[in-house]
Amino acid sequence: MKFNTYASVAAFAIAGVLATGAAEARDQIQIAGSSTVLPYASIVAEAFGENTDFPTPVVESGGSSAGLKKFCTGVGENTIDIANASRKIKDKEVKTCAENGVSDIIEVRIGYDGIVFASDINGNSFAFTPTDWYKALSDKVVVDGKIVDNPNKTWKDVNGDFPAQPIMAFVPGTKHGTREVFEEKVILAGCEATGDFEAFKAANGDDKKAAEKACIALRTDGLSVDIDGDYTETLARIDSNKDGIGVFGLAFYENNTDKLQVATMSGIQPSTETIASGEYPVSRPLFFYIKKAHIGVIPGLKEYAEFFVSDEIAGPSGPLAQYGLVADPELAQTQEAVTAETTMGN
Amino acid sequence: MTDATLGSPLAGPARKKSSLLAVDALTKKRNASEARFKAYGVSAVVIGLLFLVALLWAILSNGLGAFSQTFIQVPVKLDKGAIEAAEKSIVKTSKYRAIINTGFRAELGRAGIDTGMDDRGLQKMMSSGAAATLREFVLANPDQIGRTVTFEFVASSRVDGYLKGRVKREDLINDKNLDAAHLDLIDAMRKADIVTKTFNWQFVLGTDASDSRPEQAGMGASMVGSFFMMLVVLMLSLPIGVAASIYLEEFAPQNWLTDLIEVNISNLAAVPSIVFGILGLAVFIQFAHLPQSAPLVGGLVLTLMTLPTIIISTRASLKAVPPSIRDAALGVGASKMQSIFHHVLPLAMPGILTGTIIGLAQALGETAPLLLIGMVGFIASNFPEGVGDGFLAPNSAMPAQIYEWAKRADPAFYERAWGGIIILLVFLMAMNILAIVLRRRFERRW
Repeated sequence: MKFNTYASVAAFAIAGVLATGAAEARDQIQIAGSSTVLPYASIVAEAFGENTDFPTPVVESGGSSAGLKKFCTGVGENTIDIANASRKIKDKEVKTCAENGVSDIIEVRIGYDGIVFASDINGNSFAFTPTDWYKALSDKVVVDGKIVDNPNKTWKDVNGDFPAQPIMAFVPGTKHGTREVFEEKVILAGCEATGDFEAFKAANGDDKKAAEKACIALRTDGLSVDIDGDYTETLARIDSNKDGIGVFGLAFYENNTDKLQVATMSGIQPSTETIASGEYPVSRPLFFYIKKAHIGVIPGLKEYAEFFVSDEIAGPSGPLAQYGLVADPELAQTQEAVTAETTMGN
Repeated sequence: MTDATLGSPLAGPARKKSSLLAVDALTKKRNASEARFKAYGVSAVVIGLLFLVALLWAILSNGLGAFSQTFIQVPVKLDKGAIEAAEKSIVKTSKYRAIINTGFRAELGRAGIDTGMDDRGLQKMMSSGAAATLREFVLANPDQIGRTVTFEFVASSRVDGYLKGRVKREDLINDKNLDAAHLDLIDAMRKADIVTKTFNWQFVLGTDASDSRPEQAGMGASMVGSFFMMLVVLMLSLPIGVAASIYLEEFAPQNWLTDLIEVNISNLAAVPSIVFGILGLAVFIQFAHLPQSAPLVGGLVLTLMTLPTIIISTRASLKAVPPSIRDAALGVGASKMQSIFHHVLPLAMPGILTGTIIGLAQALGETAPLLLIGMVGFIASNFPEGVGDGFLAPNSAMPAQIYEWAKRADPAFYERAWGGIIILLVFLMAMNILAIVLRRRFERRW
């Protein structure tokens, strides 16, 4: 223990010397957050560095929650300037931010991301509905008016039209923003569509929250596997278990079409067009959040935001759409808000 | 038990006459068990070697592709008007792309290749970094404007993959990034000698690239990051580690306090590295307010990790110096300090250096603590300007860069992750060989 102290003391001394040597203002934008937004942010950061005189911003990954937590630690040069998020900032996080002096936050919606269900390219094809996924993965389902442990073992048990392929689903782990969307737009939707929601509500004494919780609890008997890593891991799992069906981001699927086939949801083929039009049901908006206090302090911050949402970048024919982002039909409003530096709540 | 029946010469009248030349049952049994043990040993070694061969084969077969890259030669007319117009727009590189496209079309026309593709389709052949290459050239050589210059642009990852056999025709049915027409075009271009495949210096020396252009990504910047981190580790852990070991080994009194310290050092050497990462995040970034993602912080964290290793190996090599050396020095009137610094330390130096190099090699390959101090992501996109920047500007490290590539969607990044492993292994092997050479050349046996 003592050596650690020695080491840190010496380290501080050297660090101090170095830090004073280069104490001038940070000239590089620092971004952290969602690993879903990371590819888009890195594409923009690279183009920003090439097209302007500002240095290329650095983009860290780590997840929406981790990024927002970092974002809310305070204002100043050694805090990050922008947090990427694959979900909206929560009220609780806004409060934490305000407590730490981060009161003016600019919210920028960059577009939409589709969540797709894909399986091995040589396996069976599927046309899912939320109900199928609910019946396949929920911990408890209602059979003949009674709440029982999920008895379904194959997709044929779930829906007579499906082949008798064993259920094996790889879903994102709870630390991913994707999981929330999956629970809300697929499992919960299926729960409500089957009418099981009402049964859960009745069983929980009319408590809506508890009923929702019961709906989205996934089975724990090994047929639904939480993937805490990235989509690469999900892909590797499907590679080794050909019966597996995985949950992916649209962009990831489009980069791996040689290995994966995508299933339709409620009869709609996922694509940038169907997601932009809102026909494909499982999608979510992507955001980044800017600290207004840093605009003017960190060079290029506002320029970066404006560059990001410009038509050439985030528009339907820009590089982001090319990579798999679904362009926001209301991009013009976002551009105005960024230019005017409109903060949240105003 | 067998010994008892064998060993005693007074074992009684029942004892058989035995001959040294005739092999009796017991001897046979013992010889057989020896032979079996040898066979176990050999099979253990063989299994180990098989794993090694499988690992090396996997690394080389997956990673060697990253070291070659396809380039497309395109003569581009640097038209003054077009360049001025491009410089006025927001996304200048997209206009430069149009300039390249014009040149590319002309080149294809000259080779007699009919594409029938629109600009968007044609763009998929080349890395989107080509426009940046062109713009950089124009800004650096304004005197060339108006002339026609031949560039070697990086081909896109799919085109590159096709020429390397990674992308196959039958894979393209669902691929929106490329279709069969592109592959026909590549084949025609290869006949016309417009594409070349050469050693990929950009991969070894370049910076990281965004998800949309894996063909441009390189290890260079993260190598620089690793270098600065190792510099911090070396500068801190060698003097601190050696000073601590000399004190503990030669001067410190033997009491419960030094015993406690000793136990703690041994324990620290076994602490999982991610723990040091959390410590680094709490102490260096949140408390001491050092910049995020800086190699300095990475170096400090890795120093904490390396120190116990260096202290343990230094103490072992100090212990290995025979006491007669110390006694002789003290006997001719040297002070304790003189005896240590003039006699003991120089003799222990090869061992200390070996331990340090092994410790550094371990630190070089460490990823886990770097995850927590923000060195994973799209970080290594700039080379540092100068030494101060090298320590403080955000950068990544080699293993962190490999980890990041392995996560990305495009299969070309996967290939690059394996390629990165090859580079990292080369460094680790070089360091270990250096350690072995040092030990062989300078170590003295007593």
